[in-house]
Amino acid sequence: MNFFVDNLPYILAGISVGGQYALIAIGYTMVYGILRLINFAHGDMFMMAGLVMVYLAADLPMQIAIPVVIVFTVVLGCMIEKVAYKPLRSAPRMSIMISAIGVSYLLQNAALYLTGGLAKTYPAIPWLAKTVEIFGAHTKMVTIVTPILTLVLVIGLVLLIKFTKIGMAMRAVSRDFETSQLMGIDINRVITVTFIIGSFLAAVGSVLYFTNYTAVLPTSGSMPGLKAFVAAVFGGIGSIPGAVIGAFIIGICENIIKGLGWTTFSNAFTFVLLIIILMVKPTGLFGEKNIDKV
Amino acid sequence: MLEIRNLNVHYGGIHALRGINLEVDDGKIISLIGANGAGKSTTLKSVMGLVPKSAGSVVWNGRDITRLETKEIVKAGIALCPEGRKVFPDLTVAENLTIGAYLRKDKEEIKKDRDWVYELFPRMKEREWQLAGTLSGGEQQMLAVGRALMTKPKLLMLDEPSLGLAPLVIKDIFSIIRQIKEAGVNVLLIEQNAKAALEISDFAYVMETGTITMSGPGRELLSDDRVKKAYLGE
Ligand SMILES: Nc1ncnc2c1ncn2[C@@H]1O[C@H](COP(=O)(O)OP(=O)(O)OP(=O)(O)O)[C@@H](O)[C@H]1O
Ligand SMILES: [Mg+2]
Repeated sequence: MNFFVDNLPYILAGISVGGQYALIAIGYTMVYGILRLINFAHGDMFMMAGLVMVYLAADLPMQIAIPVVIVFTVVLGCMIEKVAYKPLRSAPRMSIMISAIGVSYLLQNAALYLTGGLAKTYPAIPWLAKTVEIFGAHTKMVTIVTPILTLVLVIGLVLLIKFTKIGMAMRAVSRDFETSQLMGIDINRVITVTFIIGSFLAAVGSVLYFTNYTAVLPTSGSMPGLKAFVAAVFGGIGSIPGAVIGAFIIGICENIIKGLGWTTFSNAFTFVLLIIILMVKPTGLFGEKNIDKV
Repeated sequence: MLEIRNLNVHYGGIHALRGINLEVDDGKIISLIGANGAGKSTTLKSVMGLVPKSAGSVVWNGRDITRLETKEIVKAGIALCPEGRKVFPDLTVAENLTIGAYLRKDKEEIKKDRDWVYELFPRMKEREWQLAGTLSGGEQQMLAVGRALMTKPKLLMLDEPSLGLAPLVIKDIFSIIRQIKEAGVNVLLIEQNAKAALEISDFAYVMETGTITMSGPGRELLSDDRVKKAYLGE
């Protein structure tokens, strides 16, 4: 109990950052589920969402800037898919991965060009940035909003996948392109919807994340992107609940490690975790079971 | 009526189909037999637009569908039940049938067709909520046929529906193919099981390494010496 009380601020921060990782991780895991592609550009898209917010908030009120950032990110995500991945649909998997790495560097360099490499201060969103007190610990409102919003969005997404027609099509396409086409499913449409969802969640995640970290750099997407990716692998890549649980575990552990005074090792922890999973259970917590019968 | 004219398909350097001509008349069961690797599955896939054609054309009821997308071909009333069943393993039986009707909006008709599929395969009704991946091989085959019927095809193409099934189940499948034809759906059937296929077919084609080498009414081919030797093991 003492441990809990002493570490409360860290646990809260962990839950919050875990939710932010979760919102990014879903994009990785869904795109992987459908295209078997690790979208290396996803973290950089998240950074771009942050950067665009910096520029927009200079001239626009928040109520307008936030929706515009979300729309921008969704359009960017879909464009990346159309330009860099779609033409390679029947190419070997490695080509499309390399294309993804290329897009990642392209976005980072575009950001470098725009910012001149300077850290840009993220605008304070008054409602999210205000300080609140819970259980005697002081924290920003965003700490409380993040896990709630994350859970609402995740539940919405799970319902969408389970009960709607497009959700059923997504489940089918993630198993078998050819047979899905024989049902009359438009593969490209399903892939576009997947990128829309992933980009939307990354944009929401960026608003929450940068409110906590206050500065955006061209490389700001790499670390959260990598951690979200590890979360997706930890949870079993392709599984949405897996990615969310993985993200919360990583967020909380990282922050408890910081609380113990080992801040230097908090990043290393995530990657050690990745190595251990890959050795012990490469399919992750909820990895795809193969129940195909031939 | 489906007409395939001078169909050619290349897989990279492999010339898999070398000018196939084939017709499926209304109200008939047509079968296509041939050894492994002859190009039977390729023919059906290329009709569905899943495999690009390097030459030739496909005409469906007078309409040229050679270059249409798969989705449009399904909409036009052609369905392929693919080799190896390919049910969606993590969808339930009911969902697999629903996804067959993906392009359809006519709720009443969809319900009727679903009831018809359950009538053809009472087992599917019992297993409605089971994940398709946990069905037995024979059950999966029934589901795959039912799912194809849910697209409401006027032509149903079946790629080796008897593959890997026990003799009794094969008999069931063949009797159901007859019922499907009687319901007014044309059938194009690929089979390794040449004897059973020729017995139920009105007309049949024999394929060898990418070309049609023989064709004729099913009964006639059954008594043909070359067919007997090569495909009936007599
Ligand atoms: N995707 C592909 N890439 C390259 N070659 C292919 C591909 N699919 C089929 N082939 C080749 O095309 C030829 C015809 O294959 P196809 O699957 O149409 O034969 P089939 O008559 O259906 O055989 P089976 O009875 O074994 O199913 C074979 O030589 C096969 O190796
Ligand atoms: Mg075949």
